Amino acid sequence: MSIEVRNLVKKFGSFKALDGVDLKVNDGELLALLGPSGSGKTTLLRIIAGLDWPDSGEVSFNGEDALAQGARERHVGFVFQHYALFRHMTVFENVAFGLRVQPRAIRKDEATIRMRVKELLDLVQLDWLADRYPSQLSGGQRQRIALARALAIEPRILLLDEPFGALDAKVRKELRKWLRSLHHEINVTSIFVTHDQEEALEVANRVVVMDKGKIEQIGSPDDVYESPATAFVHGFIGESIELPVLIADGLITLGDRPLRLAADGLAPGASRLFVRRHDMLVGPPGSGAFEGAVQHVRNFGPVQRAEVALSGGQTIEIDAPRGRELRAGDTIGLEPRRYRIFAG
Amino acid sequence: MTMQIADSVPLSAPDARARAHAAAARDNLRTEPRAVRIVIIALAMTFLSVFVVLPLVVVFAQAFSKGVLAYFAALADPEALSAIKLTLLVAAISVGLNLVFGLVAAWAIAKFEFSGKTFLITLIDLPFSVSPVISGLVFVLLFGAQGYFGSWLRDHDIQILFAVPGIALATTFVTFPFVARALIPLMQEQGTQEEEAAISLGASGLQTFFRVTLPNIKWGVLYGVLLCNARAMGEFGAVSVVSGHIRGETNTMPLLVEILYNEYQFVAAFAIASLLAMLALITLIAKTVLENHLDEGHDASEH
Repeated sequence: MSIEVRNLVKKFGSFKALDGVDLKVNDGELLALLGPSGSGKTTLLRIIAGLDWPDSGEVSFNGEDALAQGARERHVGFVFQHYALFRHMTVFENVAFGLRVQPRAIRKDEATIRMRVKELLDLVQLDWLADRYPSQLSGGQRQRIALARALAIEPRILLLDEPFGALDAKVRKELRKWLRSLHHEINVTSIFVTHDQEEALEVANRVVVMDKGKIEQIGSPDDVYESPATAFVHGFIGESIELPVLIADGLITLGDRPLRLAADGLAPGASRLFVRRHDMLVGPPGSGAFEGAVQHVRNFGPVQRAEVALSGGQTIEIDAPRGRELRAGDTIGLEPRRYRIFAG
Repeated sequence: MTMQIADSVPLSAPDARARAHAAAARDNLRTEPRAVRIVIIALAMTFLSVFVVLPLVVVFAQAFSKGVLAYFAALADPEALSAIKLTLLVAAISVGLNLVFGLVAAWAIAKFEFSGKTFLITLIDLPFSVSPVISGLVFVLLFGAQGYFGSWLRDHDIQILFAVPGIALATTFVTFPFVARALIPLMQEQGTQEEEAAISLGASGLQTFFRVTLPNIKWGVLYGVLLCNARAMGEFGAVSVVSGHIRGETNTMPLLVEILYNEYQFVAAFAIASLLAMLALITLIAKTVLENHLDEGHDASEH
């Protein structure tokens, strides 16, 4: 099932949660909505599910108008951030709920329902918990039951709101892999919301980066990491060094120091220069575009993270390989292997 | 040699040290001397016995002072039977109405955002803050012979004051907050996510209410109904104003107790009073049981 969203606007009072969002999701895709809190990603998800209504704009599933249907008719599986399991029902009854509330005409008989629930519990590998209550489960188990419950209605679309947000780091990593392989298995069009870039880049086929109710970039995980379209995306994804620079007369200057970097094709004016921490190559003093003094060094496994005070006055953090040890007090030259400059 | 061993014992036994620390901490937290503790507890117990247990015992002692036969004879009196029936009827009506109103009000307040919500919450508490006598008088002003609707009611031959409808109205008004009060915090805490989940799984509004919302609040509903019922059966002030005290017709149990007492029929008065006292005791026990269930519900939702 493909989803198309056109010019969606949603306000809460004077706050614009969605400010003209256009998005097309292909059939069978696993898409991540990535953004900081307040970027509108959950609102977008809830509107697609029919749990919220836009002030204007269109949502269509396979070309048919979805806004004409309520949440009940849309056949969308929704997994809530805090699971929203029915606390007074066993795991089995939770998963069976969607099958039991079907109109009598199409409701399956008890034996079929039991079989289907068992299949789903097997799918999420929790069949041994069927008789427990949600309060007796761990966070990761609840999340998987919530997913099984959403899948019971054979949804046309699966939506997950911060699916791993409330879990600890280790369980989160396991569930990420599991979700990706599960999606491979069931192959239903899925969208998940996350504020965790690692999660989005690792799990999704395509990533939508949002900020302040607008889409900043849509692309594959490699695209958004390697060629960020906006300053926001560069700053939000991956760890970046951000420096305020001025472009004038074919020169890039930081403070009052011209940098030995090509300014070809750049619009003159105040701009921001972005470099990934690990793209700053360390050399002897005098080499490279920047020069600075090392303040601190901390070791993180394969890299050493150094705080460097640039001669322009700014302090940046770089990640250098462990080959050549840096020490506090060293003066070094820095050359950005790759960098991007955004106007503004 | 022995000295060394004795010295090394506390060092090599961190358990013992930890125990000593824990004991010291306990003593610090509870510094009052034993005597003070005993005096405080004794005071509390004495106060409770004199002001709560003793009156309760007196009620039953008086009721049975002329023997068991006199007790049951007093209860079998037509006036007493009529009062018991009326009380049950009025309680059933007002609890029924307040169950519906309370659910609707709590639902509106907990699950929706709208302007005037705070005002509505305050309004719900109004019957608690107004003296019951005033509540009764309001109905006299509205439906009495000289009241706003008095002439219209007389023209259409509808009797509200000094009859069952008036008593039921006054009781419903006075007991309105109980169900809503019990449900609002519970439903606010539970939020709307489970309902949203149910709807996205294809449940209709009614299915969502009966399969998800109601089971989640059932102990709260029972709790509210219980308190509402106890108050409805025991209400004196508001009912006294609107009832007209027609013997055998519009006297509820609390009203009859007063009348019998004023007529020096102590056994009869206390026999009826003993029924009300028993209602109170049953309510108390049921309340404790329900509170346990409510606590369990809260615990389960905390995770």
